[in-house]
Amino acid sequence: MKITVTINGADRTAEVEPRTLLVDFIRTNLGMTGTHIGCDTTSCGACTVIMDGKPVKSCTILAVQADGHELRTVEGLKHNGALHPIQLAFKEHHGLQCGFCTPGMMLVGASLIDRNPDVTEEEIRWGISGNICRCTGYQNIVKSIQAAGATLKEAAKETSA
Amino acid sequence: MTTTAHPPRTTLEVGGLGHSVRRKEDDRFIQGAGNYLDDIVLPGMLHMAIVRSPIAHGRIVSIDASAAQALDGVVAVVTGEALAAHNLAWMPTLSGDTQAVLATDKVRYQGQEVAAVIATDPYVARDAAVLVDVEYEDLPAITNPQQALEEGAVLIRDEKEGQTDNVAYEWETGHADTTDRAFADADLVVSLETHYPRSHPSPLETCGAVADVNPATGEATIYMTSQAPHAHRTLFAIVAGLPEEKIRIISPDIGGGFGNKVPIYPGYVVATAASLLIGKPVKWIETRSENLISTGFARDYHMKGELALTKDGRITAMRAEILSDQGAFYADAQPTKFRAGLFHICTGSYDIPTAHVKAKGAFTNKAPGGVAYRCSFRVTEASYLVERLAEDAAWKLGMDPAEFRRKNFIGKDQFPYHSPTGFVYDSGDYHAAMDEALGLSSYSDWRQKQAAGPTSDGKLIGIGLASFTEVVGAGNSKEYDIAGLKMFDSAELRIHPTGKAILKLGVKSQGQGHETTFAQIVAEELGIPFDHIKVVEGDTDNTPYGLGTYASRSTPVGGAATAVVSRNIREKARKIAAHLLEASEDDLEWEPGKFTVRGTDQGVTIQDIAFAAYTNHPDGMEAGLEGVHYYDPPNMTYPFGTYVVVVEVDPADGTWKVVEMTAVDDCGVRINPMIVEGQITGGLTEGFAMANMQWITFDDQGNCIGSNFLDYLIPTAYETPKFRLGETVTPSPHHPLGAKGVGESATVGSPAAYVNAVLDALRHSGHEITNLDMPLLPHRVWGAINGIQVAP
Amino acid sequence: MYPASFQYSAPTTVDETVALLAEIGDDGRVLAGGQSLLPMMKLRLAAPAHLVDINGVGGLGDITVNGGLQIGALVRHADIVGNDTVASASPLIAATAPWVADPLVRNRGTVCGSIAHCDPEGDWNSVMLALGAEVLVQGPDGERTISIDDFVVDFFTNSLQPGEMVTGVRVPRADARTGGAYLKLERKIGDYATVGVAVHLRTGDDGKITEAGIGLTSVGHKNLKAADAESMLVGNAPSDELFNEAAASAAATADPVSDVRGPAEYKRAVVQAYARRGLAECMNQIQEA
Repeated sequence: MKITVTINGADRTAEVEPRTLLVDFIRTNLGMTGTHIGCDTTSCGACTVIMDGKPVKSCTILAVQADGHELRTVEGLKHNGALHPIQLAFKEHHGLQCGFCTPGMMLVGASLIDRNPDVTEEEIRWGISGNICRCTGYQNIVKSIQAAGATLKEAAKETSA
Repeated sequence: MTTTAHPPRTTLEVGGLGHSVRRKEDDRFIQGAGNYLDDIVLPGMLHMAIVRSPIAHGRIVSIDASAAQALDGVVAVVTGEALAAHNLAWMPTLSGDTQAVLATDKVRYQGQEVAAVIATDPYVARDAAVLVDVEYEDLPAITNPQQALEEGAVLIRDEKEGQTDNVAYEWETGHADTTDRAFADADLVVSLETHYPRSHPSPLETCGAVADVNPATGEATIYMTSQAPHAHRTLFAIVAGLPEEKIRIISPDIGGGFGNKVPIYPGYVVATAASLLIGKPVKWIETRSENLISTGFARDYHMKGELALTKDGRITAMRAEILSDQGAFYADAQPTKFRAGLFHICTGSYDIPTAHVKAKGAFTNKAPGGVAYRCSFRVTEASYLVERLAEDAAWKLGMDPAEFRRKNFIGKDQFPYHSPTGFVYDSGDYHAAMDEALGLSSYSDWRQKQAAGPTSDGKLIGIGLASFTEVVGAGNSKEYDIAGLKMFDSAELRIHPTGKAILKLGVKSQGQGHETTFAQIVAEELGIPFDHIKVVEGDTDNTPYGLGTYASRSTPVGGAATAVVSRNIREKARKIAAHLLEASEDDLEWEPGKFTVRGTDQGVTIQDIAFAAYTNHPDGMEAGLEGVHYYDPPNMTYPFGTYVVVVEVDPADGTWKVVEMTAVDDCGVRINPMIVEGQITGGLTEGFAMANMQWITFDDQGNCIGSNFLDYLIPTAYETPKFRLGETVTPSPHHPLGAKGVGESATVGSPAAYVNAVLDALRHSGHEITNLDMPLLPHRVWGAINGIQVAP
Repeated sequence: MYPASFQYSAPTTVDETVALLAEIGDDGRVLAGGQSLLPMMKLRLAAPAHLVDINGVGGLGDITVNGGLQIGALVRHADIVGNDTVASASPLIAATAPWVADPLVRNRGTVCGSIAHCDPEGDWNSVMLALGAEVLVQGPDGERTISIDDFVVDFFTNSLQPGEMVTGVRVPRADARTGGAYLKLERKIGDYATVGVAVHLRTGDDGKITEAGIGLTSVGHKNLKAADAESMLVGNAPSDELFNEAAASAAATADPVSDVRGPAEYKRAVVQAYARRGLAECMNQIQEA
C-alpha cells in the first residue's frame, strides 16, 4: 500500500505492508533513526512521536494509519537551524545519559510545555509516565522540562512585549 | 582528609576537575543523531531472528526448518548441527564453563537459542522463525538452586565431562576457625536468611550485532553492543578461530549497559557465523522479551548471614553462606580468582576482626548470568546482606540503627584498613558521611514524628538506613583477570599541532559521559580546554587495549591511565618549553596550560608547545606530542556513603511511598559533579526499582515470569522518588586524581535502605517481622502486617 | 515483535463498516485505538486475517449530553481527561480516565474499544457496570442498544453478533447529588489493575441513597457488578455502618485468583478497603456540591 505522511513539515511517500509498524516506517522506509525501539509490549515510550499534535507510541500504530496525517519526530524539533528550548534544556540540565529515551522524553516534554509552560513537577512526572528511562532516575528530566517551560514563557513575554 | 568541597584548579573554560561542564556527546543525542546498533544499515544487509525454546528443559528430538526455508525472502536457517560442523555450537564463558551457542542435544532454559533464520527483512525473519518446527521431549525443570542440589535431581549439564551433579562451583574465603570461636563466645547472634531476587539490567536499548565478514578479504567488522570491545575481540578470535588482526569490533553509541552488554551472547556468534557463511552483512537485534528471558540477569543469591555481637553492640565476627542460582551455564563476568565476585567485601563499613564466607553455585534451568546490573561484582549482594543484618542487630539490641553503625564503623584513622577477608580499603570517613546524612535528612525529627504514631490518614512512618562501603576499579594484575586478561586499562593521547587533542580509551561509555569527563582529566593535567579534546572509544582498530566499562572501573583505571599519559606528555612538553624559552627545565613552573620561567613573565602555552613539537622540536628528541599508558591499579578504590530513606506504608493495601530519600556519597574527588550526581540518581532509582517492583521469577515448570515489560516492572517518573543528594570527599590516596568511581554506589547501597525503612515502619507499629524479601510488593507487606503467610 | 500479515480496509462510514464486517465474518476485527489489539497481534497472541480500521469513519468522535452522556466509538481516553462536560455529566467517568494505561496510550486508545474488548483487567467496564451503561450498536439488522450487563459476557467476550460494531456508549447524566470514584491498585502506571473499584452514588432530597453502583476490576473472569452491595445501599441513609457492610459485601462478590499480584485473600481485602474509601469519597463530593 502506498502511503503519504507529512513528517516534520515535509511530505514523504512510501510503499508499506498493512502490518508495517509506524516506527519501522519512520526508521527504515524514511531512514530517520532518532525514534527508537525499546520494548515489544507498548510499555517503554522510546518510540514516541507526535501525531496530529499528540504524543503517541509509534510502535503501536500501523504505518497505514498515518496515511494523510501529520507527524513530528525528534529530527523535527529544530526550527530554522536553531535547537528547540527543550533540546537546549536537556543538555543544560543533564537530562540525558545514554540518550536512548531522550527523543521520546523531549517530544512529550515539548508537548507538555506547549500546553502550559508553567507545568509543575507533579504534572511532568505524570505526563512522562508513559516513557521509561533507565539511566537518569528522571530527576534531571523533570528539571529540564521545567526549565524549557520557563524559557518558552520568557520568549513569549519578549515576543509580546 | 575529608572535605565537603573541592574547588577547581582550572577555569570553567578549560573545564578541568570539579567543573560541571555540559556534555559534549549530548549534541548528537538531543538531535536524534546518535548512532546506536539498530541504526546501522549496510548495503546488502540481512536480518536475523532467533528461534527459542518454549520449555525450560528438554531433549531436542528434531528440527524441521523446511517451511521456514520455503518462505520468500529467507536466505538461510542455521541450527546447532550446522555450527557444530565448524566447532561453533559451544563457546567458552567468562567463568571457565562452556555455553551452547545453538542448542544441539538439549535445551536448558526457556528462551534458549535453538536456531536462527536469516532473511532479507526482519518481518519475514520473524515469520520464518515461527515456522521452524522443533520437537522436544520434556525433562523435569529445576527452578531453584535448592532443588538443584537435592538427591536425585535431574542432571542439567549431562554434556559436561566429569559433571555428576548440579554444582557449578564452590568457594570459600576468610577464617573459619577464628570466626567460629567468636560466634561461640558471642553474647548475641543475629542471623538473617534472605534471597536477593533475580533482576535484570534491562537497558533501554537491547543487545545486538551487525556482523560484516568481507568475503574478499576475510576481514570481519562486527558492530556490537559491547561494554568491552577489546576483550570481546580476543575472545572472538579464540572462539571463532578468526585471526585476531582480521577482527574489528566497533561498539557504537550504546543505549545503556549496566552489565547487560558484557557477556558474549549466542546471537553475536551466530550472526558472525552467518555473515561468514553467506558473505553478506547480518544484523541481529533482539526484542525486549528476548533480552529479558535470555541475556545476563542479575543477582539471584540465596544468602544466610550472621553477626556475632557483644551485649553492648560491638560486632565481633561475621559469617555468610551463599547459594547462588547460576542458570544453566556458569557465565558470570567476574575476575577469575573470585568465584563469588567481590562478595567477600561483606563486612562492609564495619571493623570486624574475623569473617568467613562460603559460597556454592548451582545450575538451574534458567538463563545464565548473575553478575550484572551495577553490582560491582556481587557487592550489591554483600552490601545488602550486611546492611540488613546491621538494622536487625540494632533492633534486637534496642539501639538506634545510626548509633549501632557508628559504634562499629571503621574509624577514619584506621585507613588503609585490612579487612578480615583480604581487602585493603584505601580511605574513608564513615562517621562524617553518616553525620552529613543524618543532618540533611533531619533524621531525629523523623524519629520524633514516627514516635507520635501513624499519620493523620493512617500511614505508618518508617526510617531506614544503609551505610555502604563498596569496592571498585578492578584491578591489580596480581589478583584480577577476566578470562585470563589482566585488568589494566589504557589511554592514548595525541596533541595536534594547533593545540587540540585526541584521546583514545580502552573503556567504553554506555551513557556515563566519558567524552566529557575524560577530556576533563586531560584538561586538568594539560590546561587544554576540554572542548578541544576529542575522545574516542569502542573501535578496536583505533583504541588502545582495555578491559572496558563495568564494575565502576573506568575512572579508577581508565581515568588513572589518562592522568598518567597526560602527565607523561606534560613532562615532554616541559622539555620543549625549556627549549623554546632557552631555560633550564628546573627553572620552569607549571600552571594549567602554561610553563613560565620562574620569577619572570616569560612563558609558553601548551598550544605553543604543541605547535613546536611538530615544527621546532629540540635536537635529539622525537617529534610529536603523544603517548600511551597502560595503567595497572595498585589497589581497588572504596567509595562509600550513608543513605536515609523515609517511607509511609498504607496498612490497608500494603503499598508504600518514599517520602524522602537522602543520599550522601563519597567517591573521592569528583571530576564532573553534575555527571556524578546523575550517576547516583540513576542508581538510587534502580535500587528503588528492585526494592519496590522489579522481579524475575519462574513457575515450577520453569516458565519465566518477567520476560516482558508487562511483568518485569520498571518504575516510571510517577513512582520514582525525589532524591536529596549530599557529599563528602575523601580522596583515594593511590589514585592519580584521588577519584574512586561512583557508577554503582547507589545501586549497591540503596536497596537495603528502602527495605530497612519498610521493615522499620512495620516494627515500630508493633509487627514482628523477621524478614521480607525484595521486591516489597504490596501483597507481601500486607501479609506481614496481617500476619498472613503469602506466597512470593 | 511484528504481527502476522493481514488484509486492511479503512471504511469511512458506519454502513460501510458494518457491510465489511458482515462480509469478512469471524476472521475480521475492528481497529480503533489499537492499543489492546495491536500489542496482542505483535506478540502473535491474536492474528486476525482482516483489520477494519474505523479511525476514518465520521460521526463517531463526539461527546454529547442529551438526557444522558454519550461517548462515541472514536473518543479517546485522553479526550475524557480534564473534559469539563464529562466532569459535570459523570464524575465517575471523569475520575477514571486519568488512570487508564499511560498518557501516550490514552492519546490513541478509545473508551468504546476498551468496553468491547471485555478484558477483566480493563477499567472501563467496571465503570460502565456501576453506571448501568447502554452500549450503542449498529449491525446488518440496524441499530440496537445492549445493556452493559448483557454486553459483558465473559473473559474477552462480548455479546456482539457477527457484523455488528459498537458506535458509542451512553450513561445516565449525573446531578448535583452524584458522586463517583475509581480506586485502582496498580504496581506502577501502565500496569493493569491488581484490583480496581468503581463507585457511583446518588442521593435524593432526603439524603437517602437513590442509586448505587459498584464495579470491580481484575477480580473475576470478567468485570463484576457488586449487585448485593448495591441493593444494600439503595433506599438507605448513608452511614459508616452501612458503608462498612456494603464494602464487605463487595469483597464477597469479588472472585479473584491468586497470582503474581497477590493471593485472592489479599485482593478481596483491598476490594473491601477501596469500596469503603470510594463510598466515603462519593459522599464527600455530594456534600461539597
